[in-house]
Amino acid sequence: MNVKGFVHKYGDNVDTDVIIPARYLNTANHKELAAHCMEDIDTEFVNKVKDGDIMVGGANFGCGSSREHAPIAIKESGISCVIASTFARIFYRNAINIGLAILECPEASEKIAAGDEVAVDFDTGVITNITKNEEYKAQPFPEFIKEIIASNGLLNSLK
Amino acid sequence: MGMTMTQKILAAHAGLESVEAGQLIMANLDLVLGNDITSPVAINEFEKNGFNKVFDNTKVAMVMDHFVPNKDIKAAQQTKQCRTFAKSFNITNYYDVGEMGIEHALIPEKGLAAPGDCIIGADSHTCTYGALGAFSTGIGSTDMAAGMATGKAWFKVPSAIKFTLTGSLQKGVSGKDVILYIIGMIGVDGALYRSMEFTGEGLHSLSMDDRLAMANMAIEAGAKNGIFEVDDKTLEYVNGRVNREFTVYKADEDAVYDEEYVINLSEIVSTVACPHLPENTKPASELTDIVPDQVVIGSCTNGRISDMEAAANILKGKKVAKDIRVIVIPATQSVYKECIKRGYMDIFIDAGCAVSTPTCGPCLGGYMGILADDEIAVATTNRNFVGRMGAKSSKIYLASPEVAAATAVVGHIVDPKEVME
Repeated sequence: MNVKGFVHKYGDNVDTDVIIPARYLNTANHKELAAHCMEDIDTEFVNKVKDGDIMVGGANFGCGSSREHAPIAIKESGISCVIASTFARIFYRNAINIGLAILECPEASEKIAAGDEVAVDFDTGVITNITKNEEYKAQPFPEFIKEIIASNGLLNSLK
Repeated sequence: MGMTMTQKILAAHAGLESVEAGQLIMANLDLVLGNDITSPVAINEFEKNGFNKVFDNTKVAMVMDHFVPNKDIKAAQQTKQCRTFAKSFNITNYYDVGEMGIEHALIPEKGLAAPGDCIIGADSHTCTYGALGAFSTGIGSTDMAAGMATGKAWFKVPSAIKFTLTGSLQKGVSGKDVILYIIGMIGVDGALYRSMEFTGEGLHSLSMDDRLAMANMAIEAGAKNGIFEVDDKTLEYVNGRVNREFTVYKADEDAVYDEEYVINLSEIVSTVACPHLPENTKPASELTDIVPDQVVIGSCTNGRISDMEAAANILKGKKVAKDIRVIVIPATQSVYKECIKRGYMDIFIDAGCAVSTPTCGPCLGGYMGILADDEIAVATTNRNFVGRMGAKSSKIYLASPEVAAATAVVGHIVDPKEVME
């Protein structure tokens, strides 16, 4: 599986309250959630984001609440992959469980800039920065998690 | 190789002799929990994937607490969906208006969490039950759906950080100050993916409510779980509440830890986390220039009876400072009733506080105390992220009930020792 898109870049400790503020959690509708994605740190995100774009964060991405609404909002907004130096553990789990591709890669997190065009090869874990002509190697998923992703999410893998 | 408390519980629930850090396991669950925000997403997934029964109707709990009593029509629809699901699957531990409390205060109080349990909850503060010596961790709605269907969850066995507590707490200092101090020391990702295991002779000076407040905020250091060694106080708390057998697990002498800290409780002072991260801690005594618009005393961190008692002792016979709105939220119906019985309600109301029925409400910016632009809150809650309690430009200072109550009386952040007799 491969994805390619332009980068929306954020810093360390992007929390789930800014990814989707709790004032919008009175719905589980994916489109309504996506309409407010990143609103409290980047009011322009929902207007700028295009299908296939890539989100890049720093350390501890997705910290805070366990709300699955956060990865749902990101996925529904069109983001094809989130790259960060580290992820908060509940967000990491939730992203895998709903089929939002995520990769841990400190080097990519540091070197990729907002607006760069980036391609990701999930089989090899290689992240290619087309704009800067650079390559970074991400941690591949353990087999167990690959199986969940291959089944298109946790619940499908249980059937 | 020896195992930590967490590793022993996980091994037992996976049917394995032993486990080691990094190992992927499938564990049997003693409780699967959700609330009015996360359960609807889980129910949608559960139904969409064609599951038609829950693994055990007595081991699923749903607590309507975040936007309940319903704050608006959409919230009412979500609770209705949970209520309908609970009825159709005969979920015995479904708690709605009149019985409900903030989930992480209610579950231990009702005896639904026991030492040695393996618990998942679709709420990040599910780590609270580690105070009872359980392995308990927050997960998302899809994991909740899978847990309800199968009674199992997958885990990567965590490594651990050991905190050996010594000494005893100073007057006016409580569990909240200890955990804020620790988060200030190790950072909001200081325990990422790992367990925080608490042990040592200092445990004796910590009440169960202190421990519940500390385990509650393990997630604020990024931890997978926080867990306390079981002692006499734990057993005294669960006896008469937990009506089933349970197992107490102790870490092996030769258990391996990533890091070890010795924390002298006697040296910890009243501590406040400044905006916008729980790791931005300072002694309360250094923040006397902070004048809040609102003070909130409650939440799954600090809405228990000891917290109410600490606030009432400071507010007794006093008035809250002019221009500060003070909201007190006992976390459960029984805490609420106990506040009435002990005369705390009179103290709070005479002092000029508003007292609310149990709800998570303002903590996550839901309702019941939303902040306007640039407003400042001092709150006994657990997160001070941007916009958490309302407007994007508002600011939250996280504190103990003692600091919050003293701040309400004096009119600016203050070390509670200043106002305690």
